[in-house]
Amino acid sequence: MIEIRGLVKRFGPLRVLDGLNLDLVRGKVTAILGPNASGKTTLIKCILGLTHFQEGTISFDGRLLDGTHTYRRKIGYMPQVARFPDHLRGREIIAMLKDLRGRPESTDERLVEAFQLGSELDKPVDTLSGGTRQKISAVLAFLFDPVMLFLDEPTAGLDPVASSMLKDRILQDRAAGKTIILTSHIMSEIEELADNVVFLLSGRVRFAGPSDEVKSTTGQDGLERALAQIMTRDSNEIPA
Amino acid sequence: MTATRKIIVYELRDIVRSRWILFYALFFLVITEGLFRFGGGSANALVSLSSLALVIVPLISIVFGAMYLYDARSFTELLLTQPVGRVALFKGLYIGLALPIAMSFLLGIGIPLVFRGILATAHLETALVLAVSGTLLTFIFVALAFLVAVTVEQKVRGLSVSILLWLLLTVLYDGLVLALAAFFADYPLERPMLVLMLLNPVDLARVLLLLTFDLSALMGYTGAVFEQFFGTLAGKAISIAGLMSWIVIPLVAGIRRFKKKDF
Repeated sequence: MIEIRGLVKRFGPLRVLDGLNLDLVRGKVTAILGPNASGKTTLIKCILGLTHFQEGTISFDGRLLDGTHTYRRKIGYMPQVARFPDHLRGREIIAMLKDLRGRPESTDERLVEAFQLGSELDKPVDTLSGGTRQKISAVLAFLFDPVMLFLDEPTAGLDPVASSMLKDRILQDRAAGKTIILTSHIMSEIEELADNVVFLLSGRVRFAGPSDEVKSTTGQDGLERALAQIMTRDSNEIPA
Repeated sequence: MTATRKIIVYELRDIVRSRWILFYALFFLVITEGLFRFGGGSANALVSLSSLALVIVPLISIVFGAMYLYDARSFTELLLTQPVGRVALFKGLYIGLALPIAMSFLLGIGIPLVFRGILATAHLETALVLAVSGTLLTFIFVALAFLVAVTVEQKVRGLSVSILLWLLLTVLYDGLVLALAAFFADYPLERPMLVLMLLNPVDLARVLLLLTFDLSALMGYTGAVFEQFFGTLAGKAISIAGLMSWIVIPLVAGIRRFKKKDF
């Protein structure tokens, strides 16, 4: 579905992505993990076309990304923190994105019901709480029935009910054959949702594979400890 | 409808509901009405209003322009993940912001002018030139604001740069030109002065207004030179052309930067 080869992104002398290779497989939930500044967000932004990269290629369904934007029709994105124009209402923001996508005949607003957003959508967004804005952001990501979803810490800021609604939705979409890429700092969530994990370290893929495999190769039970072991093993390998 | 137009529609709706755009219109409404009531005659009132507009319109346009783009950053990111091109998005954001600021200014000065029947008098032309200059200055300074906002990463620094730019173009520039004139007083300075005036959008707008007021004598040295050199009509045409290029050049530079920008 997405093939990334030799991706390099430099910010000045800093190589945030350092020759990264990765395949993201169709119909799976892949969690991208890594310590702060390991390049997770930059990687997602490169795929979304928000950030330009210097070397390497990204192909989406066999077609190289070349700066055109049509492939983004198939993508839904939920950013870490959602901010909208203050004086628009939720309903207007939804309408705006529909307009920008050429008013598709069928849109998927199941999450509006699941989150019981109804009346909240008629208030200006600057009067809404962060959690409610996050819910609107989730609605927007799932709105156009995208084949691929990028969710950047999707449950951060959601209450437990909304959080479990969203997780249910993620699992439903996986069952429907969607490709879902998410980042999270909550390990239990990743264990619950992710089929595959990709572990980034210093702009390269340190580990990519099924989440069960991480545990079996490290001999650790929980994902958090397994990943911690990969990291400490790495620092042991490099002589100080 | 193109993506640009769709973005303009929703951005307009957002901005007309914001409080500052209302205050901006009210400010000009109160000032205009006040000047006509107490300013000692319509001609005087229009001159005072013009001098004020030459300072305030650039300030509000550049500060709110930059602030808006910084605040809209994460929404801009979200829009960029939609199937929308960057150029279309930038144009939409720009027009969607410059348009309501210009409309707010036009309503602010327009309502008192219409109610006082100024537009039916000999001052019609002056009022129209004031409206055109204010609109052009709005589009110029919003374009400059966007250029600053896509170039300078940090909001606080970007706002400082915007204010400095405004200070430079509205206040400091004339001081520098004057200092230069005093320093080189023994040399023929007409041509260099003309060039210097063409390089500053606020001066261009001032020339345009003063040529209409037929007050170029009051503008002192450079104004008189300008009228002498170009004549009233050509002078106006050149001013407008200069103002137009002050919209296009920062805008093109801004679009180029926006296309390359990493979010």
